[in-house]
Amino acid sequence: MIHSTIGSAGHLLVIIAFVTALVATFAYFKSGMAGGSVEDTLTWKRFARIVFYTHVAAVLGVVFSLYWIIGNHYFEYHYAWKNSSLSLPTGYTISSFWQDQEGSFLLWIFWNVVLGCVLIFTNRSWEAPVMTVFALVQAFLTSMILGVVIPGLAIKIGSTPFLLLKEVMPDLPVYKMDPNFIPKDGNGLNPLLQNYWMVIHPPTLFLGFATTLIPFSFAIAGLWTKKIQDWIRPALPWALFSAMILGVGILMGAYWAYETLNFGSYWNWDPVENSSIVPWLILVAAVHTMIIGRRNATALKTAFILTIATFILILYSTFMTRSGVLGNASVHSFTDLGLSGQLLIYLLTFTIVSVGLLIYRWKTLPSDEEEVSTYSQEFWIFIGATLLCLSGFQILATTSIPVYNKIAEAFGTVLNMALPADQIGHYNKFQLWFFSLIIALTGIGQYFWWKRVGKGNLQSLYNPLLIALLISAAVITLKGVKDIQYIVLLTTGIFAIVANGTILLNIIRGNYNLSGGAITHIGVALMLIGILFSSAYTKVVSINNSGLMISRSEEFTSNDNKENKENITLWLNKAEKMGDYMLTWRDVRVEPRHIPGYIPKSWVDIVENDFHAVALRDIIVDDKKYNSKGDTIEIFPENFYYEIEYREPSGKIFTLFPRVQINPRMGGIVSSPDIQRKIDKDLYTYVGMVTNPTAEPVWSKTENFTINLRDTFFVNDYVAILDNVVRTDSVEGVTLGAGDAAVKAIIRVLDKDKEFVITPSFVIRDRMVARKPEVSNDLGMRIQFQEINPQTGKFTFAINTTQRDFIVMKATEKPLINILWLGTFVLVIGFIMATVRRFKDFIKMRNKEALPAGQAKPKAKVQVV
Amino acid sequence: MKKIHIFGLVIIAVAIGIIVSTAGDASTYVDFTKAKEMAQEGDNESIHVVGKLKKGAGGQIVEMQYQPEVDPNYFVFTLIDNQNVEQKVIYKNSKPQDFDKSEQVVVVGKMKDGTFSAEKILMKCPSKYENGKMETTEHTAAKS
Repeated sequence: MIHSTIGSAGHLLVIIAFVTALVATFAYFKSGMAGGSVEDTLTWKRFARIVFYTHVAAVLGVVFSLYWIIGNHYFEYHYAWKNSSLSLPTGYTISSFWQDQEGSFLLWIFWNVVLGCVLIFTNRSWEAPVMTVFALVQAFLTSMILGVVIPGLAIKIGSTPFLLLKEVMPDLPVYKMDPNFIPKDGNGLNPLLQNYWMVIHPPTLFLGFATTLIPFSFAIAGLWTKKIQDWIRPALPWALFSAMILGVGILMGAYWAYETLNFGSYWNWDPVENSSIVPWLILVAAVHTMIIGRRNATALKTAFILTIATFILILYSTFMTRSGVLGNASVHSFTDLGLSGQLLIYLLTFTIVSVGLLIYRWKTLPSDEEEVSTYSQEFWIFIGATLLCLSGFQILATTSIPVYNKIAEAFGTVLNMALPADQIGHYNKFQLWFFSLIIALTGIGQYFWWKRVGKGNLQSLYNPLLIALLISAAVITLKGVKDIQYIVLLTTGIFAIVANGTILLNIIRGNYNLSGGAITHIGVALMLIGILFSSAYTKVVSINNSGLMISRSEEFTSNDNKENKENITLWLNKAEKMGDYMLTWRDVRVEPRHIPGYIPKSWVDIVENDFHAVALRDIIVDDKKYNSKGDTIEIFPENFYYEIEYREPSGKIFTLFPRVQINPRMGGIVSSPDIQRKIDKDLYTYVGMVTNPTAEPVWSKTENFTINLRDTFFVNDYVAILDNVVRTDSVEGVTLGAGDAAVKAIIRVLDKDKEFVITPSFVIRDRMVARKPEVSNDLGMRIQFQEINPQTGKFTFAINTTQRDFIVMKATEKPLINILWLGTFVLVIGFIMATVRRFKDFIKMRNKEALPAGQAKPKAKVQVV
Repeated sequence: MKKIHIFGLVIIAVAIGIIVSTAGDASTYVDFTKAKEMAQEGDNESIHVVGKLKKGAGGQIVEMQYQPEVDPNYFVFTLIDNQNVEQKVIYKNSKPQDFDKSEQVVVVGKMKDGTFSAEKILMKCPSKYENGKMETTEHTAAKS
């Protein structure tokens, strides 16, 4: 049965959400316009609030409907069919929700209504103008999932997630036979996204996107209602909160990429990554100008520009990733859903309105009477903010290359520009210096801010400078840092830690509430140092030393072999030397759902197109028996783990399990690394190529060998010796009766450095001959005991060979990467402290303003409606 | 001149520097004919070429060679660009997974001694269940 009600309800609720957002925009706008009587304003505001609450209810209804469809596996719906499947564990069913564009818009819409409600409750005095902007944004966002075709014009507005499969693909042949066909199972979630980070990364990132709207709304409200300076106080805690969430969201994505993708790094300069880091940089710059904006008019103007720019950049980033303009420039951009026009209108509307309003009010903004002194705190903070903007500008200028092509196309010319071939080199050329300066300025700026360093007393900066230089010199010598640009970044980073650390020690004694800034700066400095070592000093350890090189020509061996020799081939159970380690690929394992760790693939028989497997033996892990032979167990059918044993020079052994995912429905083999984490470095290993673990081996044509005992023969380049043929009492899988007899041959096969013994059996049971072949995966060989000739005393064996199993793997060492993650935690703590402090400021002021003069009570909670 | 003006000028100068450098570092999409011309003129810049894999009558890929047992870091294939020009491409890294399935391949690199030496391979693979949607994956020959 097709559950059409829930989809219709969802679709209807989207329309309601869209209409209520428009009405709320208008009503809040009327309420915010000066000129009306107080009563009018209040009536409009009350009405607007009711409409907005209806919008909230509608949005929650839409979210609920889509979850209901996915959670109940209604595969008659295209969205559920495309993005989820029965075998998906509950946690990942949640990720199916935002796997596609419509769901991710919905996630964004959801966060906006949550934030809108928080704002209405905490900030009644700014409600009308701020919520006007909010409601307008909601109108645009809900229009993206509207899925309504304007009759007559054939214009489609938005793309709804509530389409039935047969509405999306009416041409499927199955619908000709059965119009009510419902697929039994869905297409499943991309196995790459079946990762806990993908459960929390998108909501965090979208919360970050959503929160940038708040400072923007306050800035617009400030311009609109001419509260030119007052908007900063309520906006600042939100701007800090937004910078924290957006930063965490981006870093979660980076960490996921590090753990799951085989880029070999946490940052790939991918356009999608870039287009989210640029608004973050501008937002951080905006925060700094907001902090000094109440004292300095230039900073105030800049705060307006940057706050608006942050939000516009978020929209631009949305446009880039969702309009299909990136095309093949990015690994993970969405495809065009036909929304690019709508997205462009969204982007242009907010750009024109906000920039227009800013220009219109520009003359009324205050100006500084006298020029800012080079020795003032404002000056240094301002330079820092400018550098952040330049850094963002540089990333944006390059990332937008596909956009230039499109613009040129629109004007009829062909530009054919492509992203730089050496992206890392290109970005580093600027970013390394920008960030060296920025991080140095955090130290200097803090000294000017707290120590009142000024003309004539610069000496207080000498101590941290001296200490930093000494520490840097030690680190440079110890770690062998040679390149000048890395020396500069390292030294400035250490200076920032020392300077901010000194400030921190001073203020923490007074009021720890104020130490957020210093802590955040220390976090950033740690992150930069971590990035410096883990990226610039990544060492490839899987240099191919096997001697099996295709060429020893200069081209191959130049540049320390680095260019070409970073992958090594491992044969099953054959030890290979890699760097200091001896490596052996032991086995392929699968991941059972309710048993810790991974179990060998040979223990189970995987049921095709299902998430179950039949145990071929008792499943015992760590001396605990989980299942008996013949039981059916649940597994993750796409995941295969390659057991790679590392033997250190000391003899210590550890094992890594890099993963390979097979999902024919997603059309791919995807490999993910496994990481050996040590305090001072990570050992990062992934397999680049494998023989498909689900494929049956392809055996060569049978070759028969008829030989005597002790004869030597050649199979597939191996020397084999029939050592003996002996009587045996037991053959696995065969029960021997009283009159039955069995013999097994002992065949020794000599590989280069190892011997293998293969023992096929020959059984006579109930006067019938049974032959039990033996397979050696290590050699890629199957031997069957074919015949015994009593007259000649010769034995015949049927032998097939196949490609020996191999994997191609790569391993790198990432030194000091933990400093990056440590820095991230410090950064987050700093941001939280700063946010709390600014929020307390805001509450204090709000409550003071709320009381008529002379009646100020410390604990008053009256609010103006 | 006020300090703010000098400051402004410096920023504009840096911004211009950024734009010039972006234009300078940006690569271009060309075809193999152009790539050969560039190599002959001694232009050492890495370029992007879009093409399709050479296929035989039965739809199987021809002139592709990867022998990990000999050298896991040597992969050769033939690409046909949009002008139907064939070119042998050498990629000194492991063969990307699913390479065989890709509909369209973008190689980034340059011509060297008559063959195209790829530093990076971008692939577009069709996923049959997602009506015509192309998935792009990226593979880079190791740099560092």
